[in-house]
Amino acid sequence: MTDLAVSSRTTSATDATSAALSVRGLWKVFGPNADKLLGTPDLELSRQELQAKSGHVIGVRDVSFDVAPGEVFVVMGLSGSGKSTLVRLLTRLIEPTAGTVVLDGEDLTGMGEDQLREIRRRKVSMVFQHFGLLPHRKVIDNIAFGLEIRGEEKSGRRSRAQEMVDLVGLTGYELNYPDQLSGGMQQRVGLARALAGDPAVLMFDEPFSALDPLIRRDMQKEVIRLHHEVGKTMVFITHDLDEALKLGDRILIMRDGEIVQVGAPDEIIGAPADDYVRDFTAEVPKSHVLTLRWVMRPPGSADEGAGAPALPDTTVVREAARAVLAADGPVRVVDASGAVVGVVDDEDILRVVVVEQRAPAGAR
Amino acid sequence: MTTTLEPARPAPTKEAQPVAERATSRRTGRKLLAVLALWVLAWATLRGRQTLELANADTTGLHDWFNDVRDRVQLLGQDNWFFHGVLGTIASGLDTFVGVLQEHLSSVTPGDWLGWFGVLLLAAWVTYALAGLRSTLLVTVVLLFLGLAGLWTDGIDTLIVTIVAVVICMVVGLPLGIAMSRSRRTSAVVTPVLDAMQTMPSFAYLTPIALFFGIGPACAIVLTLVYALPPLVRITEHGLNSVAENTVEAGRSLGVTKGQLLRQVQLPMAKRTIVVGINQCTMAALSMATIAALVNGPGLGKPVIAALQTLNVGAAAVAGLGIVLIAIMLDRTTTAASERSSPAGQRVAAVGSPGIFGGRTLVLEKLPRWATEEGGRGTDRRFLTPSGRRLVLAVLLLPVLVGAYYSTRYLQLSQFPDLSGVPVLGELTAGPLGGHINDLTNAVVDAISGVTNGFKDLVTAVMLNPLQSLMSDLPWWVMALVLLAVAFLLGGWRPAVVTLVCEAVVLGTGLWYDAMVTLTMTLVATVIVMLVAVVLGVAMGRGRRADTVIRPFLDGFQTIPAFVYLVPALALFAATRFTAIMAAVAYAVPIATKLVADGVRGVSPATVEAARSTGITRWQMISKVQLPMAREALVLATNQGLLYVLSMVVIGGMVGGGSLGYLIVQGFVQGQLFGKGLAAGIAITALGIMLDRIARHAAARFGR
Repeated sequence: MTDLAVSSRTTSATDATSAALSVRGLWKVFGPNADKLLGTPDLELSRQELQAKSGHVIGVRDVSFDVAPGEVFVVMGLSGSGKSTLVRLLTRLIEPTAGTVVLDGEDLTGMGEDQLREIRRRKVSMVFQHFGLLPHRKVIDNIAFGLEIRGEEKSGRRSRAQEMVDLVGLTGYELNYPDQLSGGMQQRVGLARALAGDPAVLMFDEPFSALDPLIRRDMQKEVIRLHHEVGKTMVFITHDLDEALKLGDRILIMRDGEIVQVGAPDEIIGAPADDYVRDFTAEVPKSHVLTLRWVMRPPGSADEGAGAPALPDTTVVREAARAVLAADGPVRVVDASGAVVGVVDDEDILRVVVVEQRAPAGAR
Repeated sequence: MTTTLEPARPAPTKEAQPVAERATSRRTGRKLLAVLALWVLAWATLRGRQTLELANADTTGLHDWFNDVRDRVQLLGQDNWFFHGVLGTIASGLDTFVGVLQEHLSSVTPGDWLGWFGVLLLAAWVTYALAGLRSTLLVTVVLLFLGLAGLWTDGIDTLIVTIVAVVICMVVGLPLGIAMSRSRRTSAVVTPVLDAMQTMPSFAYLTPIALFFGIGPACAIVLTLVYALPPLVRITEHGLNSVAENTVEAGRSLGVTKGQLLRQVQLPMAKRTIVVGINQCTMAALSMATIAALVNGPGLGKPVIAALQTLNVGAAAVAGLGIVLIAIMLDRTTTAASERSSPAGQRVAAVGSPGIFGGRTLVLEKLPRWATEEGGRGTDRRFLTPSGRRLVLAVLLLPVLVGAYYSTRYLQLSQFPDLSGVPVLGELTAGPLGGHINDLTNAVVDAISGVTNGFKDLVTAVMLNPLQSLMSDLPWWVMALVLLAVAFLLGGWRPAVVTLVCEAVVLGTGLWYDAMVTLTMTLVATVIVMLVAVVLGVAMGRGRRADTVIRPFLDGFQTIPAFVYLVPALALFAATRFTAIMAAVAYAVPIATKLVADGVRGVSPATVEAARSTGITRWQMISKVQLPMAREALVLATNQGLLYVLSMVVIGGMVGGGSLGYLIVQGFVQGQLFGKGLAAGIAITALGIMLDRIARHAAARFGR
């Protein structure tokens, strides 16, 4: 499981057939005649212009991406960027205007209501920002709700729900009602409910935005732990860049309904696609994200750095710092096959670390 | 009959309460089943004994004593300082005042202040000044119809009683509401009194008020006051209290005095709400002014009662139509006035929809957001600027006054001409119109009598008869114990104590058997009301389209005074218990439906979406998510439904409903039954308080 998670970090995009989730040309236009708008030149207008002209609002504009099985795929954007709309399009809680969504090999966009319901019952679960718990049911019955909906026996769903209670660390609170729990614990219930049906894909819509910073950090750790334990494919929506960097194997950055950049965290930080992403990432502590690949330089001579043990190019700068600074000279960087791809010295490391210290706002 | 009617909700810690309560909820169900089993067992073995049934003409010692009291009060009325000096002066003052107005406005002899034409012109002019052109047209058409249909005198009399009562309500109620919003102590003292006024079914206080004020216009006005005052006071208080806290704070920070705050900040901001209160007060007043015909109050209620007692549907319908038209006219006019009173463009989200009245516990209706948004856009088209309108008014005043003057000079303008010979218009005069309505009614009743009779027989056989037998055909003490147990299980010991006291009162009135029959009808009607309300309310809460279609009907139903419901119910179901039940259902369904719809709509969209994401079916959504989460609204709807139903079931005594309501009517008709009628009023009040207490405590426990 762990191997899968780590290896997927380096995979960029898999082909559509083996992907857990594959999205092609997805559009959502809100407004009275959204369907007729497709294919007209009006769609080239900016959001503001289109709204002024015809009263339509573009929620999601021509989005395509693939999510590999077992991958944590983060969609990040500020409020109004269309990310919450996007995640609802993926399960057709909102009907897409155009495009296809293929989940676990099945095309959701052409499905009838019954088939779609079956998919929601078995293949995909969601965790919501405001939990969406049922206040009149006990914790255990909230968790078993999805199983109940699909008609499982009471004893079976109780024992499954109990497993989930233990998994998310709510043991002892089974018989409480949601309003007796703290926000963080309520979201654990939401998480357990989503996991109970053993779905192929979990979707999170800003699940921790309503929580205190400390609780949020706990819950992020919890998601990482659960991902290691159950290895589900996850689509995670957030407006918090730190959260995205912490959890994401890959990150999709959205702005005004469009994709700005898709890439692994170090790609986002090391090679921002435009000024928007650069501004956005300016205050991130780079040494925590960038790997040696982004700071190394080509070896000056063949034997440069031969004296010290080599480091893999996927090592994060912060973790490499001690070894590099302790070495007398430059240190070799090798790729997965063991071939030398570059060298780093004290100077390269310090450049990343010192820039950060000049920008104290990075301490967030 | 003073009772403290503050909701005495137990307020334990928020943490511990729900678990305990919810855990008990299932156990309560089992205990209730056990009570039911014992009850049926007792009924099976002890049936027919000690039922305390009292024949119609029989009286008890208490009833006779009440008769003596009446005789003595009537004697005292001639010289006692209180009865003669205070009440007598009030009564004769009101009688004279109304009498003078009647003589000069509604009677049809030339030489009075105004003939019909003058009344029409002045009414139109005043409406235009207060409410605008559309309302003016409506008023004109309605008044012309009254004249045509031969209802002029009675119609204007109804308006006189209503308007006099509303004016007194405003003189008393507005300062009272203001005082309550400014002083917590005043509010604490007055609120229980308002509660008591609203919990009591209107029929219950007919007799005592008639005793003190004598039958006639004065009694009608006092009755109307009791009924119409509470909504106005409450909405005024509510409107002033709900002026945004930060606005009040901003005012304080500028150093305003209390008086300035009231005049400059609170009253202007609460103005629209207060006008809504006047609307509610007016509609309640009209409703009661028609019922007051039972105590010889002037107006359209009289022909309705006369026709109901002879089962003449056509005649009752003509007069009923007159009442409905007056109701629509008053409702639209006061609503238009309230819309005018809010600054253009700035439309406060409606705190209360015009039309919710009938005054039980005040329920301010929350409209769905789209309704207020769209209402805000469309309705506010004004053709004239305020100064332009004032000019038009001033210019029109002269012809109005001239017309009014001539209306006293010429017979045709003074006395509404008889147009029965004229083609087309003649069809609208009383005789032909009643005939048409009778024909139409017969056609409709014939067409659907299979369905209605089938429904009537089904409900009577399956619910009404068994339940009535179960509740009244057994020793009174068994039923008393059952009620006590139910009160205790549903609400705890407080409502159980209230129930015990109320039972003692009912027993004391000697009308236990009749009270149980009334209770049966109330429960059956409430069950039907809740079935209908849940179906309609869920549809409305879930879908905007259903809401758009259903809501106007509910609004319309709520505008119609209670009394008028009896007419179609009588036409469809003839004079039986069932007629009273159906009239009560029609009366209570709108409020219950709106409350349910409100609750379903209030379910958090986040929860609905989360449920949807699990692949829920529509039925699962309703049964597992929306209805359980709207439980509070369901309980409130049941509470309101019960009280509405009780008050109407009693009024249904006039059309074959029998039991307590019938006894009250008989109390007016036959002198020797006066005491029994008074006792019936007391029994109804006791029933009302008991049901209200149980429902409220159950709501506090299970409605969370």
